[in-house]
Amino acid sequence: MLLRHTTEKEIDRKALTINPVKTCQPIGAMYAALGVHRCLPHSHGSQGCCSYHRSMLTRHFKEPILSSTSSFSEGASVFGGSSNLISAIDTIFTVYDPDVIAVHTTCLSETIGDDMAQIISKAKEEEKIPKNKTVIYCNTPSYIGTHITGYSNQLSAFVNFFSISTPKKRNVVNLVAGWMEPSDMREIKRISRIMEARTILFPDMSDVLDTPLNGKFEMYPSGGATIQEITAIGDSKFTIGLGAYSTENACVKLENKCKVRFEIVEIPIGLKATDRFVISLSRHANVPIPDILTEERGRLVDLIADNSKYFYKKRVALFGDPDTLIPLIEFLLTLDMKPVYVVTGTAGNHFNRSMQELLSEKVSEAKYKSGECADMFQLHQWIKQKSVDLLIGNTYGKYIARDENIPFVRFGFPVTDRPGNNYFPHVGYVGASNLVIKILEKILDHKDRTCHESKVEFQM
Amino acid sequence: MVVKKDKTELGDRLVHELQEFREVIIAKYPKKVAKKRAKSIVVNNPDNPPEIQANVRTIPGIITQRGCTYAGCKGVVLGPTRDIVNITHGPIGCGFYSWLTRRNQTLPIDENDSNFITYCFSTDMQDSNIVFGGEEKLKQAIREAYELFRPHTIAIFSTCPVGLIGDDVHRVAKHMMEEIGGGINIFGFSCEGYRGVSQSAGHHIANNGLFKNLIGRDDSVNGSLEYRVNLLGEYNIGGDAFELERIFEKCGINLIATFSGNSTIKKFENAHTADLNMVMCHRSINYVAEMMETAFGIPWIKVQPIGARSTIKMLRRVAQYFGSKKLIDRVEKIITEEMIEVDKACKDARKFTVGKLAMLFVGGSRAHHYQDLFEELGMVTIAAGYEFGHRDDYEGRRVIPNIKIDADSRNIEEIVVTKDSTRYKPRKTEKELNELKVNGLELGEYDGMMKQMGKGTLVIDDLSHYEMDKLIEKYHPDVFCAGIKEKFCVQKMGIPLKQLHNYDSGGPYAGFKGAINFYQDIAMLVNTSIWKELKAPWEGDAFIEATFVC
Repeated sequence: MLLRHTTEKEIDRKALTINPVKTCQPIGAMYAALGVHRCLPHSHGSQGCCSYHRSMLTRHFKEPILSSTSSFSEGASVFGGSSNLISAIDTIFTVYDPDVIAVHTTCLSETIGDDMAQIISKAKEEEKIPKNKTVIYCNTPSYIGTHITGYSNQLSAFVNFFSISTPKKRNVVNLVAGWMEPSDMREIKRISRIMEARTILFPDMSDVLDTPLNGKFEMYPSGGATIQEITAIGDSKFTIGLGAYSTENACVKLENKCKVRFEIVEIPIGLKATDRFVISLSRHANVPIPDILTEERGRLVDLIADNSKYFYKKRVALFGDPDTLIPLIEFLLTLDMKPVYVVTGTAGNHFNRSMQELLSEKVSEAKYKSGECADMFQLHQWIKQKSVDLLIGNTYGKYIARDENIPFVRFGFPVTDRPGNNYFPHVGYVGASNLVIKILEKILDHKDRTCHESKVEFQM
Repeated sequence: MVVKKDKTELGDRLVHELQEFREVIIAKYPKKVAKKRAKSIVVNNPDNPPEIQANVRTIPGIITQRGCTYAGCKGVVLGPTRDIVNITHGPIGCGFYSWLTRRNQTLPIDENDSNFITYCFSTDMQDSNIVFGGEEKLKQAIREAYELFRPHTIAIFSTCPVGLIGDDVHRVAKHMMEEIGGGINIFGFSCEGYRGVSQSAGHHIANNGLFKNLIGRDDSVNGSLEYRVNLLGEYNIGGDAFELERIFEKCGINLIATFSGNSTIKKFENAHTADLNMVMCHRSINYVAEMMETAFGIPWIKVQPIGARSTIKMLRRVAQYFGSKKLIDRVEKIITEEMIEVDKACKDARKFTVGKLAMLFVGGSRAHHYQDLFEELGMVTIAAGYEFGHRDDYEGRRVIPNIKIDADSRNIEEIVVTKDSTRYKPRKTEKELNELKVNGLELGEYDGMMKQMGKGTLVIDDLSHYEMDKLIEKYHPDVFCAGIKEKFCVQKMGIPLKQLHNYDSGGPYAGFKGAINFYQDIAMLVNTSIWKELKAPWEGDAFIEATFVC
């Protein structure tokens, strides 16, 4: 057994997290900053943070992840990281020539209390920041919130530093992307395009973290929301935030700063969340919903109807991030599956409320937990108490799946042992179809491999 | 095989070019940075290794391969041991990123054997712990770990904020050891990420902890009394330790403990009952070897069982050390047996590899060790360097007395080790040691990477992303060896990258079977068809001309 020390016996844990379903803020900030064109994320802390984040993002995306660090030593930790950051800014602009350096802090620089605004203005005074180049920052102490908080803080920082409201308003709807895959962002853009809605997607990791192999390494690939775009979102007529946890703060910031009203919808995973997104975009961009989308929706409904018997009342355990878990669980309910166990390390009332609304009637036996000690060890203990038919989560789930002999669908961050995050979206009707097929394949493969020989059938 | 002559000729051809290249890349940096980097980029001379600047602070902003002290301590040295509960005291990230990410495999002996490697334990410090201190939460976490798992050993690893807010993990360890009682062993590491200039500081801190808290706790002598050895600095990436265990067992060499591939705490505790320490990764573990020699009288030799010839060399040196005819004969017999398959695989692979260029920028020993394998494949290494090596890893241990100890190194605790009053026992007499030396067995020596590399090749410490980019752009090596962060940058340029931290999920690469795996994997890498398809047919000049003619 891989997790041989896990038993069904729970104790009231208050301090020890075992097999977390979250990581720290800075990696989220780094990921968000990669979705801005010609922006280099910079980690203000000891160099292990930057190394760990780059490694984990690389394992997931199988793409270059470039980011620099202030390389704190013991001296910097005592006397402050000001000279490290100023020297970093100089080196970065000289050698790597980004348009923007997006500095995020770490638990180290936060604990010693480095004043980022002051350090950056000092760098400006010392003429380390070339003309037309910008250094921005966000505070991402690792001991508050999770990677999702860091992502959210980085987006707010972009709005804070760049977005401007001018008298010239534009007939554009902003789409603020929550933590999703580059393939999902590509799909969101495709949907907007076929709806003929004028949109700006921000951040945008497509064409940054899914670039072609052609013999040329581009430190700053063609994709990413441009600074002009992030500046211009202040003149847009409306903002749709996709995912409350990762985008609401940025939307609020933009409304306060530039008076752009906003609506938060779930990341469009599954039938109903996609319906809501499409309706919202149609309404706010003032465009009709084209037949092509209705047909895509119909094909998804057809696929589900054809296979509904394989989903009906199947017990599912899930772990991941709230912005993706909430619509995903709603979708599983659309499939008549039973999400019985759910954990996320990211705390917040919105998640608990959503679970209550979604599950209390339909799956009365459901258990869910968020925040501190809401970890995979807890999830595994529940599974030990009463097993499930399917497990959905990031690669760390494979250990539970193997021990308990449960079909396992990889979903979330990080997925380090299978390719495909860059290719097959999970959002929109097409993405939902991909998800349905993925779930079906896992369940049916498991059945084919484990059922009695006499039960193996040519057709299903 | 590449002979020395080939290397010299290649060196003559390249020396001028590489020297020029060096100057071009340095010129790009801001003045102060250029001055620093110039000392870490040197043109090699194997006969008289030049001084290289190493183990100094990374320049902020330069985009380095390096990680932190915590990674070196928790991730590298203590990570591979299966029966210890390793609790990360800090915010959640550090524990999360060091959870199952290093591919150290382990093989519990049965279903009841402990294995915590698949678990991540963290105190998940919150802002209130930063403000009011985290010691109480740490104590509670230890209580909970004990209640759930009943481990015999718990270690605590400090992350950056721990040192800054003044949590004393050593005091907590002592307190909890008394509170829980029953002989449980609990100890802490002050391995905050900022402590050193790279992972290397973490190795040193881990070594100190191993020596203070584990080695020598159990005097029971287990297994055969003959040929008792420890293997130090082997981490069982991709199953390397399994292959080495197989070879030692076949030879009748009694492996007491491996630090720390496929290891258990019990084995560390009686490692001092061995008669020879073999040091594989000199950088990460030489401190333990030195301390065990001082305290218990166990000599050490440097070994590098990466590559078939180097594995043979290791076995012969061990046999020579013990000086037993029986062992010498057995080792020779096994070498002959094993080399049949190895030679065959090498011959097959060489069809694709001879004359190809390699570059290695990784770790603190791998960039050296893997050159042996490339030599066996007939490939030439024209540039190499470590991520966290010290001068002695480049120039050889003879330079140690001349290494300036800077403030960053002084921060790391040097523990004073003296002869153990009851257990110190010289394994060899002075006369025997001299004889071994006369016969070419250097004890406690390591010649470093530069002696092995050709004249005029480039040696670069702590390679930056920019330097890597330029090296590849100019020299188009056939294989570039580094880690996950570099992998896809290099591959976008059309050059296959071999990861030498995690072996691209391959391995083992150590020992005889490992050499065969490596030959096959490199042949595969240079022979993979897709690298020839980077351009669409219509992107070539020939296509445009042909279309035009039509």
